[in-house]
Amino acid sequence: MSEAREAILGRVREALGRGPVPADTAAQLEQRLSTHRRNLVPRRAAVLDPAGRVELFVAMAEEVQTTVARVASRDAVPEAVARYLASENLPAELVMAPDPVLDDFPWAERPLLHIRRGRAEPGDAVGLTPCFAAIAETGTLMLLSGAERPTTINFLPDTHIVIVGADQVVASYEDGWDRLRARAGTSGAQAMPRTVNFVTGPSRTGDIEQRIQLGAHGPRRLHIILVEDEGRTEDAQTGASR
Amino acid sequence: MPDTPPRVALFVTCLVDLFRPAVGFAAVKLLEAAGCIVEVPRAQTCCGQPAYNSGDRRDAKAIARQVLAAFEGYDYIVAPSGSCTGMLRIHYPELFADEPEMLPRIRRLAERCWELVSFLVDVGGISAVAAERQGTVTYHDACSGLRELGVKQQPRELLASVAGLRLVELAGAEVCCGFGGTFCVKYPAISDKMVSDKAADIAATGAGAVLAGDLGCLMNIAGKLSRLGHRIETRHVAEVLAGMTAAVPAIGAPADGL
Amino acid sequence: MQPTSDTFPENARAGLANDTLQQALAMARTGFPLRRAQAVARLPEFEALREAGKAIKDHTLAHLDFYLEKWERNVIAAGGQVHWARTAEEARAIVLGLCRAVDARTVTKGKSMVAEEIGLNDHLEANGITPVETDLGEYIIQLRHEPPSHIIAPAIHLVKEQVADTFRGAHGALDPARPLTEPRQLCDEARDVLRPQFLAADVGITGANFLVAETGSSIIVTNEGNGDLTQTLPRVHIVMASLEKVVPTLEDATTLLRLLARSATGQEFSTYTTVSTGPRRAGDRDGPEQYHVVLLDNGRSKMLGSEFQPMLRCIRCAACMNHCPVYAAVGGHAYGWVYPGPMGAVLTPSLIGIEKAGHLPNASTFCGRCESVCPMKIPLPAMMRHWREREFAQRLSPPAYRSGLRLWAWIARRPALYHALAGLASRALGWAGARRGRFRSLPLAAGWTAVRDMPAPQGRSFHALWAGHQAAARRQ
Repeated sequence: MSEAREAILGRVREALGRGPVPADTAAQLEQRLSTHRRNLVPRRAAVLDPAGRVELFVAMAEEVQTTVARVASRDAVPEAVARYLASENLPAELVMAPDPVLDDFPWAERPLLHIRRGRAEPGDAVGLTPCFAAIAETGTLMLLSGAERPTTINFLPDTHIVIVGADQVVASYEDGWDRLRARAGTSGAQAMPRTVNFVTGPSRTGDIEQRIQLGAHGPRRLHIILVEDEGRTEDAQTGASR
Repeated sequence: MPDTPPRVALFVTCLVDLFRPAVGFAAVKLLEAAGCIVEVPRAQTCCGQPAYNSGDRRDAKAIARQVLAAFEGYDYIVAPSGSCTGMLRIHYPELFADEPEMLPRIRRLAERCWELVSFLVDVGGISAVAAERQGTVTYHDACSGLRELGVKQQPRELLASVAGLRLVELAGAEVCCGFGGTFCVKYPAISDKMVSDKAADIAATGAGAVLAGDLGCLMNIAGKLSRLGHRIETRHVAEVLAGMTAAVPAIGAPADGL
Repeated sequence: MQPTSDTFPENARAGLANDTLQQALAMARTGFPLRRAQAVARLPEFEALREAGKAIKDHTLAHLDFYLEKWERNVIAAGGQVHWARTAEEARAIVLGLCRAVDARTVTKGKSMVAEEIGLNDHLEANGITPVETDLGEYIIQLRHEPPSHIIAPAIHLVKEQVADTFRGAHGALDPARPLTEPRQLCDEARDVLRPQFLAADVGITGANFLVAETGSSIIVTNEGNGDLTQTLPRVHIVMASLEKVVPTLEDATTLLRLLARSATGQEFSTYTTVSTGPRRAGDRDGPEQYHVVLLDNGRSKMLGSEFQPMLRCIRCAACMNHCPVYAAVGGHAYGWVYPGPMGAVLTPSLIGIEKAGHLPNASTFCGRCESVCPMKIPLPAMMRHWREREFAQRLSPPAYRSGLRLWAWIARRPALYHALAGLASRALGWAGARRGRFRSLPLAAGWTAVRDMPAPQGRSFHALWAGHQAAARRQ
């Protein structure tokens, strides 16, 4: 296999009419990588103030059949979850990411809401997770995998509920990447979790006669509970709270 | 237009020469009405596109050299065809990319080549014509003119000035009619499907005539409309703009009309 | 997959005569362009992004070796492995080896054109491993033993009744009384059948829309979420990617992602865009234990530095085939291999040879619509013309056609002769066709007159008339 590697790299260099990249060029390319400069970012969300970004995020999310419930404070979240499940005629039970960021909600006020912390299992109908950022540009959630954030919760259950704090709403994906690198304190492979999921609406397919159907393999329902006053839904690993 | 009348050479195109000289005369009339002195260099035959698109660069270049020799001295070269103009304007420089000593002359030629209607509007500043024609027409955007040369609004602007004329936009106006030069001969079944769809779209407009700026497309469309039994006239847009539709039957139509 | 590109004309005729295919194509032909146009209209920066995307890819290709090595180092730093494959055969062997190392029995697959290209499914099956396609369209055609007819909507050539018939035939547990008349029902049936497959798979294989050098990541884009279930649930995740998928930074990938969904389906962003870096981390409760990338050349390095290099900018959005009137007429199977439409016409000869794929770059009117919608500004017609140049030089075109063209060129270079012949021809045909104005049939033009009339010439050539016109003017 390393024979194949050398052969392929050799062919690439031959095709480009040179040997390996010379040192000064390599330095420039390294610089380009470490600077990871933004390319053109659409103005759409970037020109908005924080409140405007939240409105855009909600509007774009709803456009792709995400449902959004807005609550004033984190105290209202457990009730909002219970109410949502009842309105969808779903049983009052869910699997919740073990992320400590979700500890500090008054779940005990809803004792009939049965919550299991852990990864999703095949029988789970509803999953609940935090998010890392919410991209206003297209109503997209940015979710990071981690020990306390199993990605199976994002995909196995039929219904996915996400708690989003208003201060997590950013304008662009580039803002999301900046936050991720800041959180990690570094760049490159070390900054990355196993998976970064960008989720824009519930699962869908147009594979049969181009007619869109929701719930192809991933969740049929994506529900966001947006906490307006927030706050402290920031990822626990930064240790920071706002 | 500059103060001294520009010397314009008409690039007739092989299809106009062989099948429908009326288009050439309409072009001359429009150019002269716009204040141009029009000449028709005798040593012209073809732009070389059939050879070029078939991968025969050598023959294409030989023909291009002939075109250069015949047309080099003029202020403008105008053709009543988007595809021939595209060949001259866009592809000649590409053709001679490997002959740097030829390139300056080729580029000077290319930048002076214009499709007829685009020339009238974009260079001549013409915004209206004196023609009159009662009825409804629809318009097919021939591919080269549209995508290589940006010909889209100009024919519509001038048609809007034709007294008594109403333009109905064609669904799929920008979809290829299936002519494609040698394509219609190499892949006749596919070409037929494409022109059938085009004919159906034209018929659906209810227009009495369909116009376009390229004779290849027009012959393809006229032939299909006729075979399907539609009584829809097919004409080059220059004929309508020059007010010369009484002088010649529509394409493929008998002398006494459809 | 064995190519049938050399019988493109027959394939095309079969496609034209296939009523259900024509019905299916009619739905796609207007839908995709409309939705793309709406998405483009909504983003004022779209044109500027096309230019930016082209620049990113061109820069990357010019330094491809550097970025591949950088990417590889980062994959390894993240705990993954990279396997370089020169050919389809090497790639198949690598995948089989990885599957055997974990005694894999079933393998779930997210959609991967590279996997199609190397014939992976057949190879796995021949070696006792069951691949299960999970993208709904791919799943349907897998049951039908058909190849994909489109690079993002593989079952676009089918109508729902055909899908229902396929499910009834293949799903043993399906109750005959259960209705399958609507796409909703078909989708639910597929979801129910495939869920246990996701859970049981030993290995998950996905493609990659992009590889990111900065972080050693791979990116997949789906609407269904099947790619995510494929790569998260099994013990082993294998990514199939060809050389040109790499881009420098996350920001570069983001720019291209803005172009991708809008160009493909007219969505603002695909439902699931997933950036994966290595296997599960210590402490993770889910995710694969192994992360492998099979990096495939299979003809790409040969395209570099050639007149076909721009084709390596392709991000597999399918906008070109969605807007192509030839594709819309005949469907994807006519092209005879993995990649249909305009991008297939340029890429296929590079991968399987111009001798086998010669028809594809010829079956185009050069209308240019593909190039006008390509998010990466790939000059598709120009590259098809380059293939025609190679065919001409190698004398691969039919002899009659070739000599006809050379004769035309020979005459065209002799204006006096040309004008004399043109004058004669227009007189003769004009006289013959004068009464009706058209010919219903014409010798030597049977291909034309079989399906359309041939308009008759006016009867004199322009040059002859002009000469007369000038003479009359001089006499005045």
